[in-house]
Amino acid sequence: MTRSTPTLALMALLLAAPAFGQSQPGAPAAGAPEIQAPVPEVGAGRGSQPAGQVPESTAQGDAPTGTPAPAAAGAVTAPQARQPSNVPPTPAPFSDRGQLSAEEMELQAALRGERIGGRITIPDRQAATLIQPEGRDWREFHNRTLTWVGGVAVLGMLAILLLFFLAKGRLTTEAGPAGRTIQRFNLFERVAHWMTASSFIVLGLSGLNLTFGRFLLLPIIGPEAFTAFSLWGKIAHNYLAFPFTLGILLLFLIWVKDNIPNRLDLVWLKTGGGFIGREHPQAGRFNAGQKMVFWITVIGGTLVAISGYVLIFPFTVTDMAGQQLAHTVHGILSVLMVAAMLAHIYIGSIGMKGAFDAMGSGQVDLNWAKEHHSMWVDDELAKARTTVVGPAAARPLGAD
Amino acid sequence: MARMKFLCDSDRCIECNACVTACKNEHEVPWGINRRRVVTINDGRPGERSISMACMHCTDAPCAAVCPVSCFYTTADAIVLHDKDLCIGCGYCFYACPFGAPQYPRVGNFGGRGKMDKCTYCAGGPQQDNTIVEYTQYGANRIAEGKLPLCAEMCSTKALLAGDGEMIATIYRERVQARGYGAGAWGWRTAYRETVTV
Repeated sequence: MTRSTPTLALMALLLAAPAFGQSQPGAPAAGAPEIQAPVPEVGAGRGSQPAGQVPESTAQGDAPTGTPAPAAAGAVTAPQARQPSNVPPTPAPFSDRGQLSAEEMELQAALRGERIGGRITIPDRQAATLIQPEGRDWREFHNRTLTWVGGVAVLGMLAILLLFFLAKGRLTTEAGPAGRTIQRFNLFERVAHWMTASSFIVLGLSGLNLTFGRFLLLPIIGPEAFTAFSLWGKIAHNYLAFPFTLGILLLFLIWVKDNIPNRLDLVWLKTGGGFIGREHPQAGRFNAGQKMVFWITVIGGTLVAISGYVLIFPFTVTDMAGQQLAHTVHGILSVLMVAAMLAHIYIGSIGMKGAFDAMGSGQVDLNWAKEHHSMWVDDELAKARTTVVGPAAARPLGAD
Repeated sequence: MARMKFLCDSDRCIECNACVTACKNEHEVPWGINRRRVVTINDGRPGERSISMACMHCTDAPCAAVCPVSCFYTTADAIVLHDKDLCIGCGYCFYACPFGAPQYPRVGNFGGRGKMDKCTYCAGGPQQDNTIVEYTQYGANRIAEGKLPLCAEMCSTKALLAGDGEMIATIYRERVQARGYGAGAWGWRTAYRETVTV
């Protein structure tokens, strides 16, 4: 009641305003609703609440006005029924609340890729999402897309390697072993490589286990043993993420200067890298195939690591959509990297005689090095001639 | 057998959170775990509704479909349960669940998740019914005692209904016909691929 006096005074003032002269051309039209707005607040008459609010609120609730429910039909008729009477009518209970349709909201959320959410009183942001139909998309990815892409990539690569092995056998050095060796990778390079490689093998196997283990391993070893295995796999996966990331960083820093693509790589690729034809194309320290492995490792490994850290600290940097995306990226890139690394492991071990020594002892046979990395050998020999002091080291190499 | 479902009548829910409290108390749920919660949509705006949400015990449950260790199983009453002795806490069920039902205690390093916990429909777990082992792992087993979930049983406005899907749908349908409006069954389209038509 105390508020009604100023309100009435304001009303009188505003109503009188046009009589004194129009200060603004649009004032009367725009002013009318402004005056009336406070009136319902002090309880002058609820019936005068604009009927236009009904469709407005319905739109906010994302429900279409044409919902087939009988409630929707009532929403249309209710405001009309109110108009004639001055008595505040008993409102149709829903029209003032805005009509929602759970089914319609779920359908719209699913179609638009949105989530139905609201406010929650517990301190867990994720709990504020009421329904996320996108969970089904992620399920589809995990159960179908990832399983198929992973299965085809890994098994396909194994099949290709097997066929290659059956066709070409173990590749040998044409000139035969020289009996003398040259340092290819120093201890630091080998340690960095094997730190990355060993963690990648455990990461890859424990990761593949999460997608394929329940089909391949679970029926064989039983649920209890499989859970124990998977639990250790999960712990190993979480911890080995860190040496793997460090390894990726180290490999990038020590080898990036030798892995910049150049014109020679095109020639190498055109001649099939010596795998298909007989001739061995020229190459520097790394040939085009090795450069591909390098960049797959560095770029793929970085993306897998980033998405992995998003997953390892769930919901710290992103929301549900981000977590699902992180898993999608992590899963797909990982299976592709596993496939690529299978080829890398093959050619570095049983696929080519003399190749393993590079990462084993670090000393490769000179003829092997000349065949595959002729330009690198030339560089090393030139370097040896100019930099190595003392005839003992320089002469045997210089003699070639 | 019955096909157990939840139905929250959002036109009746007053967001008192008694269902949440009842659940926590009945099952001695650890701090930070919320098997049931009340979400208010359009808060403070026309069309505001509060919906009590927990595991909906879906038909063809996404959690069970994505579980890497296949620890989920469905009871004869179509209640979706899981074996905590097999769960590895990978978090996949939370990404797949449309209703945010799976909860994880925070254990160990990083964002390490413990074994998943979710609404059991007051039906315990794979352990022997109503044993201390079952209670510690999964909470009370009211279904084995012939009772319905406590959240729905003690809902003051009877907004939250639990029971056989057909029966609670009939109750809701009669309500909607009597009062002339109703938002429908929240989550039913997503969980069961069907809705309550009035």
